[in-house]
Amino acid sequence: MEEKVIVCKDLTKRFGDFYAVNKISFEVNKGEIFGFLGANGAGKTTAMRILCGLSHPTSGEAMVAGFDVYKQPESIKKNIGYMSQKFSLYENLTVVENIEFFGGVYGVSSSEIRKRSDNLIQKLGLTAEAKKLVGALPLGWKQKLAFSVAIFHQPRIVFLDEPTGGVDPVTRRQFWDMIYEAAASGITIFVTTHYMDEAEYCNRVTIMVDGKIEALDSPANLKTQFEADNMDEVFYRLARRAKRSGD
Amino acid sequence: MKQLLVFIRKEFFHVFRDKRTLLIMFGLPVAQIVLFGFALTSEVKDITLTVIDNSRDANSQQLIRKIKSSSYFIVNESSIDYNDIANSFKKGTTKCALIFPAGFGNDLQHGGKAQLQIITDGSDPNTAKTVVNYITAITTAYQQEISPSPQLPYTIVPESRMLYNEEGNGSLNFIPGVMALVLMIVCTALTSVSVVREKELGTMEILLVSPFKPLMVLIAKAIPYLILSLANFVLILLLAVFVLDVGIKGSILLLFMESMLFIITCLSFGLMISNTTNSQQTALLLSMMGLMLPTMIFTGFMFPIENMPKIFQLISNIIPSRWYFLIIKSVMLKGLGFEYVWKETLVLLGMTIILLTIALKNFKTRLS
Repeated sequence: MEEKVIVCKDLTKRFGDFYAVNKISFEVNKGEIFGFLGANGAGKTTAMRILCGLSHPTSGEAMVAGFDVYKQPESIKKNIGYMSQKFSLYENLTVVENIEFFGGVYGVSSSEIRKRSDNLIQKLGLTAEAKKLVGALPLGWKQKLAFSVAIFHQPRIVFLDEPTGGVDPVTRRQFWDMIYEAAASGITIFVTTHYMDEAEYCNRVTIMVDGKIEALDSPANLKTQFEADNMDEVFYRLARRAKRSGD
Repeated sequence: MKQLLVFIRKEFFHVFRDKRTLLIMFGLPVAQIVLFGFALTSEVKDITLTVIDNSRDANSQQLIRKIKSSSYFIVNESSIDYNDIANSFKKGTTKCALIFPAGFGNDLQHGGKAQLQIITDGSDPNTAKTVVNYITAITTAYQQEISPSPQLPYTIVPESRMLYNEEGNGSLNFIPGVMALVLMIVCTALTSVSVVREKELGTMEILLVSPFKPLMVLIAKAIPYLILSLANFVLILLLAVFVLDVGIKGSILLLFMESMLFIITCLSFGLMISNTTNSQQTALLLSMMGLMLPTMIFTGFMFPIENMPKIFQLISNIIPSRWYFLIIKSVMLKGLGFEYVWKETLVLLGMTIILLTIALKNFKTRLS
């Protein structure tokens, strides 16, 4: 029996009579790369915000890293990392200062921060840029750095909200190499994306339509199930059913 | 605790790397002080002076000649009646008058002491004060010149009166006024912008996902600006004392504590603004443009609040800088102690608590 790090049951978020997330249920295993797909406005971000403790669900159950989203949001926060759609490091801080800041906020000890940040900067090949302001780095590097910062405190789960938006294909490839590496070290990856080629990299994907989960399986199984050649086609078939338009 | 320190350090990095913030923070007060200071205390030249000489003796004529020969006055020796002076002030035809009583020279030579009256238009307190100072200086020089011996000096006592503004408010008023204005604008604007910037850039989301408590975010945001604002306050004070020669009569510690309270009021206000807006521009517009005019008008250092219509007097009560201005004026210029300003202090404290409560409440509801 594999360890479950995220368990959702009938999770619902309602704004007035609008069901942003409508009774979704799924489980995510430890070390899995779990893709969360859906058109704009399908409810991906809302679902993710609930799991991160940024938003309270209206009803249903959810356990993240073994903690209840209603009762133990603080414990959840200590065990997860998060990277948002917007670039989320401080542009007028240097590479090292950003690492030190986020490490410090997550309560990593100073000596540990120094050790890990030296390794990290070396691994990313940013030795020459370590003391430069992050704003001066190219976007691809920024995104890789943002991901490294999101997993710097060694969380059990990392939530990535469209992490590769606007990044060139080569960098995207490198980015996914980093994701694989993190998953191999036991960190569970929960990622939303618009790129269907990226969906193929995931162990399992869910496709959300109008706040509901319409499909959940490995990319290979989904292609068989929907008699499609690639994930693009699977996505189109499902997304066409959507009644509400994107935002 | 360590998390808080890390956060505060980061805020300082932001401030010191942002030239615009630094400019607003320290450039604005310096510019204001220098502008107000020198624009308000600059030399006054070519003042038309009405002289009424009821004595017409050698001494009064000598003194009038002295005044004429200085470059400051254009002397108008009119023979208007003493009783008409008030009227000509009202009409604005006279801005200042010098009156020699009958028997001026006689008093001086036999009694060794004579009087002189200077009347000025107090609605323009700076000119009025300058005029009094000039005439006093000239008469002092003159009395020394004609004194028969240093042991028995003649004294001419100029009695000055400022019509419409007996206290002579205005010339020193502006320092506490500018302090109130600058601290209010700078603290509010910078705090609100610093929180909103995090929202705009998306880093606020990251902070909210982190185990860092939202309340701590606000505290960590406020502390650097509190420290910087206090530095700012000291800068203004130093400028006032060393550049503009404004003495501090009261306790510096009290001044400092009151200013700290006022800064916290402004920080709370800034935090409240930041909770209700989502873009730096709106925050800046609200806190700078929206506050500048009411603060200038209702603080009371430019226009006396007592002369405003009732409704504006009521409005002025909700402007924090008004109360701070009263406190600072009492402590700094009049040298009064806490027992004279505790009411104003209490008002400020109340405002701070209300603003802070609203700010915290709004900040929490944004999370759910």
